[in-house]
Amino acid sequence: MIDYALHFGFFALSLALLMNIWRAIKGPTDMDRILAVDTMVINLIAVIILYGIYEKTTLYFEAALLFAMFGFVSTVAYCKFILRGDVIE
Amino acid sequence: MSLALIVMLPFIGALFPALLLRAGRNACATATFTFSLAAFILLIFQAPAVLQGETLHASWQWLPKLGLAVSFMLDGLGLLFAGLILGIGLLVIFYARFYLSKQDNMGSFYTYLLLFQGAMLGIVLSDNILLILVFWELTSLSSFLLIGYWKHLPAGRQGARMALTVTGAGGLSLIAGLMLLGHIVGSYDLSVMLQHRELIQSSPLYLPALLLILGGCFTKSAQFPFHFWLPHAMAAPTPVSAYLHSATMVKAGIFLLARLWPVLSGTPEWFYLVATTGLITMLVAAWIALFKDDLKGLLAFSTVSHLGLITLLLGLGSPMAAVAAVFHIINHATFKAALFMNAGIVDHETGTRDIKQLGGLWHLMPITATLAMVAAASMAGVPLLNGFLSKEMMLEQVAHTAWLDQPWLMAIIATLAALCSVAYSFRYIVHVFFGPQRHDYPDHPHDPPLGMWLPPAILVCLVILIGLFPQTFAGALVASSAKAVIGGALPEYHLAIWHGVTPALWMSVIALIGGLSLLAGYRKVRSAWEAGPHPDAKAMFQVWIKGLVQLAQVASHGLHNGSLQRYLAWMVGAAVVVGYGAFMNSSLSAGSRELLPAHPTAIAAWLLLILGCLLTVWLHHQRLLALIMVGVIGMVVCVGFVYLSAPDLALTQISVEVVTVILMLLALNVLPKTTPKESGFGRKGRDILLATSAGVGIATLVWAFLTRDFTTLSDYYLAESLPGGGGTNVVNVILVDFRGFDTYGEITVLGIAALLIFALLDGALHGGSAAKRLAQWLPDQARAADRHPLMLVVAARVMLPLALLVGVFIFLRGHNVPGGGFIAGLVVSVALIMQYMASGFGWAAQKIRLDYHAMIGSGVLLAGLTGIGSWLFGYPFLTSSVLHLDLPALGEIHIASAMFFDAGVFSVVVGATMLALSQLSQIGRRAEALPVNQAAMDCDPSHPLQKDPSWKP
Repeated sequence: MIDYALHFGFFALSLALLMNIWRAIKGPTDMDRILAVDTMVINLIAVIILYGIYEKTTLYFEAALLFAMFGFVSTVAYCKFILRGDVIE
Repeated sequence: MSLALIVMLPFIGALFPALLLRAGRNACATATFTFSLAAFILLIFQAPAVLQGETLHASWQWLPKLGLAVSFMLDGLGLLFAGLILGIGLLVIFYARFYLSKQDNMGSFYTYLLLFQGAMLGIVLSDNILLILVFWELTSLSSFLLIGYWKHLPAGRQGARMALTVTGAGGLSLIAGLMLLGHIVGSYDLSVMLQHRELIQSSPLYLPALLLILGGCFTKSAQFPFHFWLPHAMAAPTPVSAYLHSATMVKAGIFLLARLWPVLSGTPEWFYLVATTGLITMLVAAWIALFKDDLKGLLAFSTVSHLGLITLLLGLGSPMAAVAAVFHIINHATFKAALFMNAGIVDHETGTRDIKQLGGLWHLMPITATLAMVAAASMAGVPLLNGFLSKEMMLEQVAHTAWLDQPWLMAIIATLAALCSVAYSFRYIVHVFFGPQRHDYPDHPHDPPLGMWLPPAILVCLVILIGLFPQTFAGALVASSAKAVIGGALPEYHLAIWHGVTPALWMSVIALIGGLSLLAGYRKVRSAWEAGPHPDAKAMFQVWIKGLVQLAQVASHGLHNGSLQRYLAWMVGAAVVVGYGAFMNSSLSAGSRELLPAHPTAIAAWLLLILGCLLTVWLHHQRLLALIMVGVIGMVVCVGFVYLSAPDLALTQISVEVVTVILMLLALNVLPKTTPKESGFGRKGRDILLATSAGVGIATLVWAFLTRDFTTLSDYYLAESLPGGGGTNVVNVILVDFRGFDTYGEITVLGIAALLIFALLDGALHGGSAAKRLAQWLPDQARAADRHPLMLVVAARVMLPLALLVGVFIFLRGHNVPGGGFIAGLVVSVALIMQYMASGFGWAAQKIRLDYHAMIGSGVLLAGLTGIGSWLFGYPFLTSSVLHLDLPALGEIHIASAMFFDAGVFSVVVGATMLALSQLSQIGRRAEALPVNQAAMDCDPSHPLQKDPSWKP
C-alpha cells in the first residue's frame, strides 16, 4: 500500500515541480517568480521526505529541515529586496 | 649550541628595542647592546680553540631532502668576520645612542640593526650554502630598512631601493651559482664542498657557476661596474654607513670570495675576472673619491676602492696575497668605521658634510681632528699605522704579478690607485681640519660628548696598536683566518713594519709623494676633472629601471587586462584544447558497467536543473531574475546530493546557498539592476562554442568514469573512520581528523578573508572616492513604506530559538551522522542574519552582543590549541582521541577531542559570516542616508502610541 502512495506522491510532486518552473519562466512579475521558487522549495522538501520513507532511513530528515529553514530565509530576503532594495537596513 | 646562539641572539634581541621604546632611549640602547654583547662574549669563549686551529661545528637537519641543514661552523675566517660584526656592532650601537636625535624612532632603528647583525652573523657562520643564501637575502632586506631609515628623505628611499635592487639581483645570481656548485659536488655542505677543488675546477659547469657567484659577490661588495649603489646608500644615518660599509654588508661579498677561495681560485678565469675587477674598481673609485665634496661620499668611494684592493688580492690566487687580503680586511674595518663615525661627528656638530663649507676645524674640535688624522693617515698608508702594513703587502704582491703578459702594468695601476688614495685621505684631513677658521659654519662646532668620540677613539687605538705591533695584536687572528681561506699550510710571512728596501717600499714612497703633490695642485686637477665627462650612474640606473617597468607593464597589461570574460575564455579554451588533445590520442570507449534505471522524479529534477541553467543564461541581463534562477540550480543540486547519498554535502550546499543569496542581494542593492549588452555577435558565438565544447567534454568524461568500476581512496577512509577517528560520519572525520590540518588552514583563510573585507570596506566607507560616490547614490527602485513589518519581526523571532536548537543539534551529532561545526555555524549565522533583516541593523546590533572579530580569533586559537594538545600526549599535531565517560543518570558519553576542534570551526564560521555580511550591509546604509531604527518594528501594537521616531515612509 505504502508503495502505491509513494509512487503517487513522487508523480504528483514531479508534476508540481515542473509546473513551478513553468511559473518561474512565465512570471510575469518578479513576485510570481519568487513565489514559484518558494513553492518549489516546499515540493522539494516533500520529495526528500518521501525519499527517506522510500529508502526507510531517517538520514535525510535534517536536509529537509534545513531546506525548510533556508527556503524561508531566502524567500524573505528576496521579498525584502523587492520591497525595500536594502536587505539589512 | 653556542654557535647557533651567537646567530640567534641578535634575532631574539631584535624584539626588544621596539618594545622598550616607551621605557626610554637608554633602555632601548641598553637592550640592544646587551644582546650584542652576550653574542660577543659567547664568541670570545670560542676564540681560543679556533685560534689554535680547531673548527667548531653544530648542525641540525631542516629539510634533508633538499640538502638544507641548519649547520654552523666556526673557523678562523668565521671568527674574524663574526668578531668584526659584533665588535664594530657594539661600537656602532653605542655611538648611535648619541647620534640619533629625539625625532628619530630609536626602537625601530635598533631592531633593524639587530636583524641585520643576525643576518650577517648567519652568513659568516653557516656551514650550508643554502643557509648562507637565506641569510644573504636577509641582509639585503634588513640593509634596505636601515638605508631607508630616514623615510622622510627622498634620497634615503631612493638609495635604499637602489641598494635592494642591485644586491637583490646579485642575490638571485648567487642562488643560481651556488646551486650549480652544489650540483657539481653533490652536497650543499660547505665543509664537504671545500674538499673538492679538482672536481669543481674540472667540471664544465665551473665557468657558469663562477660567473654567477661573482655576480652575487661583486654586487654586494660594490665592485665596478656595480659600485654605483654604495654612494647612494650614504643617505642612511651615519651609524648605519659606519656599520654597513666598514665591517659588514659590503664585506659579505668579500667574505664569500674568501670562503670559496680554496675551491674556486687558482684558475686563469678566476685571476682575470676577479683580479681585473678589483684592480679597475680600486683605481676608478679612488680617482672619483678625490673629487667628492660630501665627506660620506668621499668615504663611500674610498670604501669601494679598498674593497677593490681586497678583491684584487683574493683574485691573485696566491696564498701570500690571501694573507694580505685577510689582514687588510681587519685594517680597513678599523680605520673606515672610525672615519665614518668621524664624518658623522663633523656633520652632527657643524651641520654640514660639504667639504667646501668646512675647513679650519682643528682648533674647534681638537679630539675629532686628532682621531680623523690618525684614521685617515692609516687609510693613506702612512707608516706606523695598520693601513700601511697591508697596503705594503698588496704592493709587494702586485709587483711580482704579470697582468696581460706585462710584468709592470699591474704594479703601475696599483701605485696610481695608492697615489689617489693618499690624495683623498689627506684631502679629508687638510680640507676639513686645516686652513683658516671660518665664520659661516651652519652650526657652532665643538667636540661632541664622550659617547660619540669614544667609539672611534677605541678604533683609532687599534689602528695604532696594530700598526706598531702587528704580530702581537693581529698575528694570531690573521694566521688562523688566512689558514681558513687558504685551506692548507700558511706561506712564510712576517707581519712587520720594516721589510728592507723592497719594490713595494719604493711604490709606497712614490704614492705618498705623488699623492701629496696631487693634493697641492688640487685646483688644477679639479678643474681638469670637471671639464671631463661624468656619467651619472643614478640617472642611468633609473632609465634602466624605467625601461624594465615599462616592459613588465606591456607584458602584464597585455595578458592581464581586467576582462574576466577573457580570462575565462582562455582558461576554458586551454582546458578544452588539452582535454580534446588527450581524448583524440587515446582509445576511449564507454565502460561496461550496467546502467541503473532512472527514477521519474530524478528525471523531473534533471529537467529543472537544465531549465534553470538555460534560464540563468537567458535572463542574465536582469540580475535579480538571474539570481533567483541560480537559486533554483542550487536547490536541485542539493537534492541531487541527497539522492546520490551525500547528505553532508547537501547540508553544506544549502547553507552556503542562502548565505550567498543574501550577500548577492546586499551587493545588488547599490549595483545596476541590469547588465548592459556588451558582447557582439562574434563574441557570443565564441562563448557558445567554448561553453558547448567544454560541457560536452565534461559530460563525456563523467560518462566514461561512471560506466566503469573503480576503487578510490574512499575505501580507506570508510574503513578507518571509526577506529582511527572515533566517528562514523566519514565526511566529518575526514574534515576534523584525517585532513584536519587542511581544515585548520581553511578556517584561518576564512577568518583572514572576513577581516580583510572588514578592513577594505571600513577604509572605503570612511573617506575616499568610494564614500563620495556612495553619498551621491540615488535609490533606483520604488520603496515600500514599511521597513520592519510586524509579521516578519514576529516570524523571525519565533524562528530564532528553533534555529539555534537546530544549530546545536547539528553540531553535536556531527561526528557520527551528517552535520558538524561548519554547517552548524552557517545555521546559527543565518538565524542571526534573519534578525538583522527583520528588525534592522540598529536594533539587532544592540541586542546581539557578539564580538565577531574575537569569535574569529578565538576560533582559530581553539582549533590550534586542540591540535597542539595532542603533542602533550606524544602524538602528531591534530591527532584526535576519544574520551569515554560513564556518568550517572546520563550513561556513557563519548567526547572526541575533534569536538573542540569543530567548536573552533563553528566559531570562525559564525564570526566570519556575520562580520562579512554586517560589514557589507554598511554600504547600503551609507548609500541610503536613512537613520537606523532603534525600535524592533515599525509599529509596535503593544504600545500603540509609540512610533519609532526615525521612521519615515
